[in-house]
Amino acid sequence: MPTLESYEGQTPAWCPGCGNFPILNTLKEALAELEIEPHQLTVVSGIGQAAKLPHYMKCNTFNGLHGRTLPVATGIRLANHEMPVIAVAGDGDCYGEGGNHLLHAIRRNINVKLFVHDNQVYGLTKGQASPTTMEGVVTKTQPFGSLSEALNPMAMAVALDCSFVARGFAGDAEFLKGLMKEALNHKGFALLDILQPCVTFNKINTYRWYSERVYRIGDDHDPFDRIEAFKKSLEWGEKIPTGIIYRNSRPTLEERIPVIEETPLIKQLFSFKEAEKEIRGFY
Amino acid sequence: MDYTIRIGGEAGQGLQTIGGVLAKVFSRSGFHVFTHQDYMSRIRGGHNFYQIRFSDKEVMSSREKVDILIALDLYTIETHKGTLSEKGIIIYDAAFIKKVFNSPGFLNIPFEEIAVEAGGNRIMANTVATGAVLGILGMDLTILEDIIRERFRKKGEDITGKNIASARAGFDHAVKVCTMCDFTVPEPGAPPLMLINGNEATGLGALMSGCRFYAAYPMTPSTGIMIFLASKAKEYGIVIEQAEDEISAINMALGASFAGTRAMTGSSGGGFALMVEGLSLAAMTETPIVIAEVQRPGPATGLPTRTEQADLLFVLHAGHGEFARVVLAPGTPEQAFFLTNKAFDLAEKYQIPVFILSDQYLADTEWTFRGLNTGSLRNNDYRSRSEALEGVSVYKRHRLTENGISPMAVPGESGRLVVTDSDEHDEEGHMIEDAETRIKMTQKRLMKKLPLIRQEIEPPLLYGSDRPDIVIVGWGSTYGVMKEAVDVLSGDYAIAMLHFSELHPFPSTEKFDYLSILGNTKLSLCIENNATGQFSHLMRAETGYKFDARINKYDGRPFTLEGLSGELYAHIGKL
Repeated sequence: MPTLESYEGQTPAWCPGCGNFPILNTLKEALAELEIEPHQLTVVSGIGQAAKLPHYMKCNTFNGLHGRTLPVATGIRLANHEMPVIAVAGDGDCYGEGGNHLLHAIRRNINVKLFVHDNQVYGLTKGQASPTTMEGVVTKTQPFGSLSEALNPMAMAVALDCSFVARGFAGDAEFLKGLMKEALNHKGFALLDILQPCVTFNKINTYRWYSERVYRIGDDHDPFDRIEAFKKSLEWGEKIPTGIIYRNSRPTLEERIPVIEETPLIKQLFSFKEAEKEIRGFY
Repeated sequence: MDYTIRIGGEAGQGLQTIGGVLAKVFSRSGFHVFTHQDYMSRIRGGHNFYQIRFSDKEVMSSREKVDILIALDLYTIETHKGTLSEKGIIIYDAAFIKKVFNSPGFLNIPFEEIAVEAGGNRIMANTVATGAVLGILGMDLTILEDIIRERFRKKGEDITGKNIASARAGFDHAVKVCTMCDFTVPEPGAPPLMLINGNEATGLGALMSGCRFYAAYPMTPSTGIMIFLASKAKEYGIVIEQAEDEISAINMALGASFAGTRAMTGSSGGGFALMVEGLSLAAMTETPIVIAEVQRPGPATGLPTRTEQADLLFVLHAGHGEFARVVLAPGTPEQAFFLTNKAFDLAEKYQIPVFILSDQYLADTEWTFRGLNTGSLRNNDYRSRSEALEGVSVYKRHRLTENGISPMAVPGESGRLVVTDSDEHDEEGHMIEDAETRIKMTQKRLMKKLPLIRQEIEPPLLYGSDRPDIVIVGWGSTYGVMKEAVDVLSGDYAIAMLHFSELHPFPSTEKFDYLSILGNTKLSLCIENNATGQFSHLMRAETGYKFDARINKYDGRPFTLEGLSGELYAHIGKL
């Protein structure tokens, strides 16, 4: 049985007070409670502060390129669908650079859990606007304020019929842990957007700013109702919902590929002697 | 006997069906066949042709002179009648193209009318045409009938019977009307030969190397590899994923490779341009991958369905940073098969990216071979799976070793963690920034592996005179036409070909001192399907050798035997 210590990794190089700390701790707790051993899990990440997370815990790790977490995670799942795969990314990483991949990962419904550390700013490159930065916010590279409308990842995901859409808040760790466990137990692609204060570069969306606005979605919301889910996903501003916004039971990509119906690809033996008959097909 | 048949018409008229079936009839009859296609980037209309050269001797290039032209439209007649050989004939359906030609060499065969009479449907006109060609050549119908039975098996006996009747009617009609035909095809006696194109051979090579994962975005002319593997997916357990873009394709393949399976991706130059970032990732994470780059003329969209060898230096230098890679450039489908196997072996053994650098010409040309000797295929599993990891107390994915190769464990197969990073990393795979580790890792990935990889590279092949006055040098898909040109000129000159199919790391002269051969010639010529002579620059950079002259073709078309021979004579004349 894994304990929290089983997941002890390197010492994080994040800023003191960073919203990534509670996310990291919560993830370790969720994994320990689900009894997933470090070697049974692969975490894929890209580039950014969030992407450093797998180094700060224990797991199989593919820390790849900025924006490219989901294709790598997809490849891993298709080769070995017995391996739980978590993709960890920031808002710039997966809503900006990797936006196209997100769109298609949702369509495929590959059984990957995408945890987005959404701090509405670029941290690693020191404070530029991200796709979720609110309109009008001035930065060093947006001197006239961010001129694009902020992306609403929740509404986008519901519109795409994403099989699991949820939002958490780094300042509400207990509730976040429940969402992580729900996502990990869900069969299908899961998008968990985690509001995460950046104490250094985002002076607007602070712990206080979020705390005053977020609320936990109650039992009266039916996440299987797509129209209600879409309404819920549009809430932003004075009130920000956290919890499971939408879910469905679409079959996963892995389930739909007959080749890996029974055995993961990496466990299928290959005999090239058997393939020799293919040469005869060319006569 | 050395005949060329050209079938011309619009896209969608069934040129490939007629051409493909005829080529198969000839290869099954034991004749050597070489086919090439010239097609436009469109689904319907335009002008395309399919050309078959067949002989009782080896053939490996296209000729310009045509012996039988099957014209499915008027444009074909107007465009190609000038290429007819002395005894050549043009067969066409006057009623269909609404024009009658009375000049000698023209043979009107009412394909549609015969199809309606014999098969009850004008859709069988192409089968009539196929039968007619065999009648003109004085060949037998048995093999064609077998092929029709195989192809139409699923459509039932009725359709099969009607097609056979149509083929026979076309055959009989041609025999009756073709009084001026003068073709002599010897009795087939040799065993059937296999007929395969470059893309199929690459796909077959991948299949027989245990490739289990292929992710790609469709792009002409590379798509044939994906189509071949997809057709075998179910039987052999291959996951084929059509990615949203080439960036995703290479990253998916890297994910699958990291997870423990042999993975490949493929594209043409434009798509590979998008993969470049991922190539660098493969190098840094030491994740094995095979990449097929099937070239077409650029820049940008270029000529999508045509051929060029202009991505050599791009593939050689693609990717930020410095790292080890291998570039293999097959000259024939047979080489494509074996080099794809070598590509997988080297990629896994050294944990590096390996390229199959092909082009549209090689991808789409069909060649005949007696067979493929699978005894020499390399199929070693270089990964550490569960048992191998039992006794390992501390596993480090990027452990510093004497030869730079670290144990490559399959994640999840043991209690060991497999960690890798696109950042510079330590032995465990965690990101670092210190200078000392950086130096060690660069030495490991590059300096230690490279000499070992170089030893795996085969020298160029010498064909022709072993003490040549004239040497023509090329790489990749020009193999066939260069070899035949040497045959043409060898009656008059001491001439030889040096063909490079393994380009990077550049072959050393240890196994074969090709530089001394070049040093003793009166004329050395570098032949390339590009404008700038990329290989000649590479050769000079790697060896210091400078060719006397270059022959470059950059019209998007392959060299023909007459074209290349003519240019060679012109250069020799200047001596």
